[in-house]
Amino acid sequence: MSKYETVIGLEVHAELSTKSKIFCGCKTEFGAEPNTHTCPICLGHPGVLPVANRQAVEFAMKAALALNCEISRETKFDRKNYFYPDSPKAYQISQYDQPIGYNGWIDIEVNGQTKRIGITRLHLEEDAGKLTHSDFGGESLVDFNRVGVPLVEIVSEPDIRTPEEARAYLEKLKAIVQYTEVSDVRMEQGSLRCDANVSIRPYGQEEFGTKTELKNMNSFRNVQMGLEYEVLRQTEVVSAGGKIVQETRRWDEANKKTITMRSKEEAHDYRYFPDPDLVRMQISEEWIEAVRATIPELPDARQARYVNDFGLSKDDAAVITMSKATADFFDETVVKTGAEPKAVANWLMVDLLAHLNANNLVFADVKMTPQGLGEMIKLIADGTISSKIAKTVFKEMVETGKGPKQIVEEKGLVQISDEGALRQIVVDAISSNPQAVADYKAGNAKAAAFFVGQVMKQTKGKANPPMVNKLIAEVLKDM
Amino acid sequence: MSLFDKRLSEIHSALRAKELSVTDLAQASIASIKEHDNEIKSVLHVDEEGALAHARQLDERLAKGGEELGLLYGLPAGLKDNLITKGVRTTCASKFLANFDPVHDGTVSQKVKDADAVIVAKLNMDEFAMGGSNENSGFYPTKNPWNTEYVPGGSSGGSAAAMAARHFYFTLGSDTGGSIRQPAAFCGVVGLKPTYGRVSRFGLVAFASSLDQIGPVTKNVEDAAYVLQAIAGHDPYDSTSADVDVPDFLSALTGDVKGLRIGVPKELIGEGIDPEVRDAVLAALKQLESMGASWSEVSLPHTEYAVPAYYLLSSSEASSNLARFDGVRYGVRADNASNLIELYKESRSQGFGAEVKRRIMLGTYALSSGYYDAYYKKAQQVRTLIIQDYNSIFADFDVILHPTTPSTAFKIGENVDDPVKMYLEDICTVPVNLAGLPAISVPCGFSGNGLPIGLQIIGKAFDESTVLRVAHAYEQSVGYHQRKPEWVRG
Repeated sequence: MSKYETVIGLEVHAELSTKSKIFCGCKTEFGAEPNTHTCPICLGHPGVLPVANRQAVEFAMKAALALNCEISRETKFDRKNYFYPDSPKAYQISQYDQPIGYNGWIDIEVNGQTKRIGITRLHLEEDAGKLTHSDFGGESLVDFNRVGVPLVEIVSEPDIRTPEEARAYLEKLKAIVQYTEVSDVRMEQGSLRCDANVSIRPYGQEEFGTKTELKNMNSFRNVQMGLEYEVLRQTEVVSAGGKIVQETRRWDEANKKTITMRSKEEAHDYRYFPDPDLVRMQISEEWIEAVRATIPELPDARQARYVNDFGLSKDDAAVITMSKATADFFDETVVKTGAEPKAVANWLMVDLLAHLNANNLVFADVKMTPQGLGEMIKLIADGTISSKIAKTVFKEMVETGKGPKQIVEEKGLVQISDEGALRQIVVDAISSNPQAVADYKAGNAKAAAFFVGQVMKQTKGKANPPMVNKLIAEVLKDM
Repeated sequence: MSLFDKRLSEIHSALRAKELSVTDLAQASIASIKEHDNEIKSVLHVDEEGALAHARQLDERLAKGGEELGLLYGLPAGLKDNLITKGVRTTCASKFLANFDPVHDGTVSQKVKDADAVIVAKLNMDEFAMGGSNENSGFYPTKNPWNTEYVPGGSSGGSAAAMAARHFYFTLGSDTGGSIRQPAAFCGVVGLKPTYGRVSRFGLVAFASSLDQIGPVTKNVEDAAYVLQAIAGHDPYDSTSADVDVPDFLSALTGDVKGLRIGVPKELIGEGIDPEVRDAVLAALKQLESMGASWSEVSLPHTEYAVPAYYLLSSSEASSNLARFDGVRYGVRADNASNLIELYKESRSQGFGAEVKRRIMLGTYALSSGYYDAYYKKAQQVRTLIIQDYNSIFADFDVILHPTTPSTAFKIGENVDDPVKMYLEDICTVPVNLAGLPAISVPCGFSGNGLPIGLQIIGKAFDESTVLRVAHAYEQSVGYHQRKPEWVRG
């Protein structure tokens, strides 16, 4: 084991899903033709002024409250000055010393242990444009659709000790923000982004080691891999008697390593100062409470409810509540159809997630309704279909949204529970396989399974499995 | 009397009576520019076609009858070239924006149009409103119509000189540290800086956002009241514009100053003020006294810190506001750059003039890590003290009165090598901007060499009515506003 302790702090940016940009009326939706959601204001033309979007402020407050932050009663916007073509004003409107939210925390669970990670601050700012460095002629293209989309930056305390904890923190953070519905938090679309500050220090040392900042980790997996690499790199440098250089490093996904982006000397002096174009904001207790009232039940509370009210295991409840869409679906299925919670949870956690992952889909792509899932579970319980057949029905429901009864009828999937008919099939299977019977009599338990397989083959899987087992045992015993 | 010396009511009567057309007014304005501006250089671009088309439109509207005339109906206007005008070149007198045609109107440009005024031309200024002499124009300096060897003041030097030359019925300027009032004083016209927040800044190319304010430059106080009426008011596009009622400024012009309590800060009437200027202001005080006002000496104890605080704050804000001029999206791009950094450096080196560069460097320095507390923050603290100084005076007085400038206009080239001396000339005007108060400069006499002297009247926040009332009563009682440079017709 390494004699160095890892210290990680994360900076997460989440785009807020307001209808319009933070300082002008342009739309925020993702994926439009480049430079179509722009106006003189977000393009920073001479003479224009920003006006703060009240919904963006409320969304930031809502996220901050959901992350257990305190809310600044007086807050303001500041200018962060830097020259770059993605920033048409050559400054980003952000918040410097009076963030909307501060002093928050979330609990994460790693290896069965709950750990509290502090949140230093949550502030509101505008996004920058998107640069594309084209291959032809060395040109760089800029799309200003994204400039002025509201962002919250959520800065954690340096409480994270392993890349695994970092990932757990991100997953929890994502879940909480997603529950508040202030952001899509989709990393692949860039509406959730993560930078990390990493350092190592000998166990027992209180003082932090020199940190590096990691950028360009565009998935949770990359965050974990990037951090793992960087911790290893720092450990090697220090173990070899070297010193960590304070710098910004970029995760190179293709080569699976971090590389220097800019040194401390090249770091910007952003010359923050209060933006004189925007008035200071006073946030009243009433406003805070009004926003707090809009926060739905959050993942931790739901998890506890699922354990207490529905008897789910803590782990299952955690998986179900990781996504609000899944949890809402679970709730609705259980409440509306009275289906057995554990069964609902299993279908969602195992079969549905496997289906989504295998087909690279998201929950929104699922056509199945809670009623459908509830009915299907009842069809299994009353023996209309077998669990095995149910997998076929489930897949069809997810893809088409049809009700389970309709699918069962259309495909002729009703389970054969006619004992007389099944007994005949069992007898046929046994009498035409004397060798297997001999094996069975010789004590080979596998032979029974062979007969089950034969019966299922004959019935195209529709035979009632417990009945088949019972009949095989009976017929063999009588021989 | 020239056409533009007439009262607004007379002009409107003549228009209604068809003795005069809006086209006549626009043509008179264009003719005046063509005839005299070669020497004065108050104008940067004349929108002859646009102005005449608008004038025709207004004439046709009146001919058809029915529709009510806008407050400024038919009046030819000149706008300082840092006010954004849709499709009409807006350069801020900077080479950087020599090719810039805005895609939209600023709020004030729109309001002026909505009030049926005709925008005829864009006016010369110190580049990006930085300066007090118009010598910093990126194109050519403006001259003082009273004596062309002298500066017209700045940065709204074009707006003031054009009014002294009666090129327009009214002009608009912007005032960050005195940029309306000082040139108005130097050119013998009326210049009003409204309360910060009274007029929208949307469409005013920012110099120092916490100080900038648009205001009228006119031949008399009544016209200033009309123009302010048309441009004032809350604007949803400017969150620093105040959501307060706009009173009827015209009805404030009662001519009555009985019982008015005037405070005169000793710091701005004694040492450092040219004796001719001081005498003129003291005479004005006597005049007001004779009309029933009273005055006492008061103190603005932090006055000596106002200029340094102003230059730190305004330059800090400017360094950020002007960062968007990078040659990437609009304006003039250097053609000799081989990479991004060079593009920035070359475009900015070539595009900005010396004074603008000086302010950007000063502001960048003041905001830099390690210096912020000593400069920007300290200056903000001074600003707070200055606001408190004014508040304590206004607890007992209705207006504050002192010279607009320590001395009359100086000669072109006289101060160009001494920026600090130039900055110190702003002592009478910058404290007012730091406090965000409304103030007017009205003519109050002439120096021995025939140059105008300005009297400054400062009011409580959003009390332009009192400022206008006092200025109007004084002006009408002394009549200095009626004097014009000899060569100006009429």
